[in-house]
Amino acid sequence: MSDVLTAPRSRRNVELLLLLLALAVAITASYLAGVDREEAFSEFFWTQGLTLTFMSLFLHIVLRLRAKYADPLILPIVVALNGIGLAMIHRLDLSAMQSNPDIDPVASQQVMWTAVAMGAAAALLILLRDHRLLRRFTYISLIVSAVLLLLPLAPAPIGLEINGARIWISVGFGTFQPGEIAKITLAIFFAGYLSTNRDLILLAGKKIGPLQLPRFRDLAPMAAAWLVSIGVLIFQRDLGSSILFFGLFMVMIYVATSRVSWVLIGLAMIGVGVFVALELFSHVALRFDSWINAFAPEVYDRAPGGSHQVVQGLFGLANGGLAGTGFGAGRPDLVTYANSDMIIAALGEELGLIGVVAIVMLYVLLVSRGIRAALGTKDGFGKLLACGLSFTIALQCFVVIGGITRLIPLTGLTTPFMSAGGSSLLANWLIVALILLISETARRPVPTAPMKDSFPEALGVSGKPVKKRTAKVATR
Amino acid sequence: MNQAIRRAWVVAISMFALVLGSLTYVQFFQAQELKNNPWNSRQLYQDFGRQRGAILVDGRAIAESVPSNDQFNYQRVYNEPELYAHLTGYYSLSLGSSQLEKTESDILAGTSSSLFYDRVVTLFSGVDPQGASVELTIDPQIQQLASDLIPDGQRGSIVVMEPSTGNILAMVSKPSYDPNLLSGHDTAIIEQSAAMLSEQPGLSIYSNPATESLVSPGSVFKLIDAAAALESGEYDAESQIPNPPALEFPGIEYTLPNFVSGGCASRTTADLEFALEQSCNTPFAQIALDLGEEAIQEQAAKFGFGETMDIPTDVVASIFPSDLTDPELAQSAIGQFDTRVTPLQMAMVSAAIANDGQQMKPQLVKSVRAADLELIDSPQPESLRQSVSGDTADQLTEWMVNVVDNGTATGAQVPGVRVAGKTGTAEVSATGDNAWFTGFAPADDPQVALSIVMENVDIPTGQQLTSPSAKRLIEAVLNR
Repeated sequence: MSDVLTAPRSRRNVELLLLLLALAVAITASYLAGVDREEAFSEFFWTQGLTLTFMSLFLHIVLRLRAKYADPLILPIVVALNGIGLAMIHRLDLSAMQSNPDIDPVASQQVMWTAVAMGAAAALLILLRDHRLLRRFTYISLIVSAVLLLLPLAPAPIGLEINGARIWISVGFGTFQPGEIAKITLAIFFAGYLSTNRDLILLAGKKIGPLQLPRFRDLAPMAAAWLVSIGVLIFQRDLGSSILFFGLFMVMIYVATSRVSWVLIGLAMIGVGVFVALELFSHVALRFDSWINAFAPEVYDRAPGGSHQVVQGLFGLANGGLAGTGFGAGRPDLVTYANSDMIIAALGEELGLIGVVAIVMLYVLLVSRGIRAALGTKDGFGKLLACGLSFTIALQCFVVIGGITRLIPLTGLTTPFMSAGGSSLLANWLIVALILLISETARRPVPTAPMKDSFPEALGVSGKPVKKRTAKVATR
Repeated sequence: MNQAIRRAWVVAISMFALVLGSLTYVQFFQAQELKNNPWNSRQLYQDFGRQRGAILVDGRAIAESVPSNDQFNYQRVYNEPELYAHLTGYYSLSLGSSQLEKTESDILAGTSSSLFYDRVVTLFSGVDPQGASVELTIDPQIQQLASDLIPDGQRGSIVVMEPSTGNILAMVSKPSYDPNLLSGHDTAIIEQSAAMLSEQPGLSIYSNPATESLVSPGSVFKLIDAAAALESGEYDAESQIPNPPALEFPGIEYTLPNFVSGGCASRTTADLEFALEQSCNTPFAQIALDLGEEAIQEQAAKFGFGETMDIPTDVVASIFPSDLTDPELAQSAIGQFDTRVTPLQMAMVSAAIANDGQQMKPQLVKSVRAADLELIDSPQPESLRQSVSGDTADQLTEWMVNVVDNGTATGAQVPGVRVAGKTGTAEVSATGDNAWFTGFAPADDPQVALSIVMENVDIPTGQQLTSPSAKRLIEAVLNR
């Protein structure tokens, strides 16, 4: 388990340098968004620039003080992504305002949410200090998740149905998707449950051929995962989130057990779920149809459930081509939900393949750094949590960009850190805070002084700490 | 556990790799196809925002972009819309674009790769980019005359071209429409206009009948039979072919008759000259049966059948059917059954014969000029193929001159000019026939080849609207 060497240096100065670079990218993007309309130095430009600069420097200082050894790449990457997202949302606002000047700018809301989310991340870093504390809340997390997922189903003043999906609740000043936060609490529950019970799950059960089958009662978390995913699909009509939840559970169970049999069982269950969903729910079948037959005229024109959106997104991407039309010079506003679900299509159009590949590479780096933290940290809970959360970001990118490019059916999911939407932004910044914390434990130098005799059971007969046992389990 | 985490990472990276792959596919490999998709209004929005180049005829704009005071900055305007509608096509927000507006879109919009240098200049000079203009080979006077020669309410097409270059001098079809109706910026009005136009009998705004509608050629197809006969070496000017009043087929009741009111009945055998002159069916049916389906098929292909073209607008392939029974082959050989041609195809047949058997590619575009009037492109005459040998072409020319001098096309005679021609009447329905004329003049130094087709007319009207019209068009071209 300790085969990953920890870096002795904090590298906070590297982070600061990269952060300045990220801010430069974000602020330049915001400038370009307005320059064509001679509104380069608008009020938005200043609020976006100042908010991002202030909040990211604040987070940087928090890291210096509370998590000195946290990964230096994560914060700059996320600031860059968030900033580019803000600029694109602002740019789309300008287009929308051209036809209707009274429209409420989405970008200023998003700036506010950015501040809130980054503030929340800072608060989490300050208050939590060590991610292992969360393990205490394993079962509380489960209850919280259940409440969060059930909230949108509550009657009208609380639960809201928008565009056929029942995933919103109204919170005074706006709407909120509690499912985004549930993603984190469910990850905490699974990390806690699996890290506690993995030995039991691993050792019990029958072996049939090469497959070690789990005992039925060890299947309970799996079943819970399946139920949550299917429940979200049935009651909230949210295909994207249910895929995301299921992917999260699958990867955590696999990491906990290293058993391919579990993955196979999971895939079989997904298969059943997909089949049932296709049979029972017209909206899932329609999504599927508009994926396969996107260019059939009757599918294109169908409303709702037509392929108009995905086809328009493809047109946008094609229009961008290799080098893009340039920020502010394309027509990403022709795509419905260009600033949320389809923001990658908008970015692909204006920044081109080159730009959008750069953005995807930022996600690759971010996910890789998260996985690196999972490898580096020594506690199973942290490993599971970091790996699960990082994988979620990767899966979310896959589902969103794959859907936009017609690799897979389009499902309504946000692009992490970029899409307009407060709840998603908040949840993803909290995830970043958690990964930063875990990376801190991963990279913090191991105390070189002899350990105090506080854990006598960890010492072998010779008086040396026994590390072999954990190491053995880890290599399974 | 770390091994599993690494595997999870590999899965995550694979997902990113897939996504990068599909982005590359869409933005690079599929991009052009998506850009050309008729539903893609992006190009239109982009193009509407800049000054699109004009389509010119003899220096005068028949389609141009004029400044407008709405979100698109420019409005496409068609001058003499009905006269040129089938050539320019339309350039519409909600319907996409058609004909030259579609095929020359890159040039008109200024996005063609041949305009790269100009684009770079405008990028740095900050001047609004402008499209290039396209000058057509059309002669406005011939075009106007051709249009006048098709009565309103009559469905028909006229194609006039230069045999030696393939340049199209006139290409007219009626009924026509006003593309201005489809080119406004109010999509509701466009939809309304499109619905209204779709109710006009005989009109399709989506195609140019001269190049995209397939009609039965009737007897003008006999030129191809005659060419096949000569090229086969089995027939020459002396050959005598049985000319029974009707051709019978063993075992079935069908008979193929000669044209009842013509002069065919005066002879029981005919040489090719007489058979063409009087347009007798049975000799040509027998030639086709004798040479076989493949020989006719092959000769038709040498005249361009079975091949699509861009001139630069789309030309659909004319058809000579295959896998025919004997009665079907006999019918097909006289331009009936499933034989179908575009009006342009028949003009190309005459043009090839006129040009010593060498067929030139029809061309609508004379030149392309950038906004600063710099010449970017002027298509050179392009030979498509040798349709028939020079000797065959000469022989066919003589026979076609005879058709005009003594036969069914006397109406096309021009004093002092040897005109070559062939008429045709294709029976298409109980209510009327397709009346055809195709030919060229002067026979010894061809300046003009043409085809005229009037659809669904009675025989006297058809005769009136074809050969005499050819005469006037030939005179007009020769006197320009």
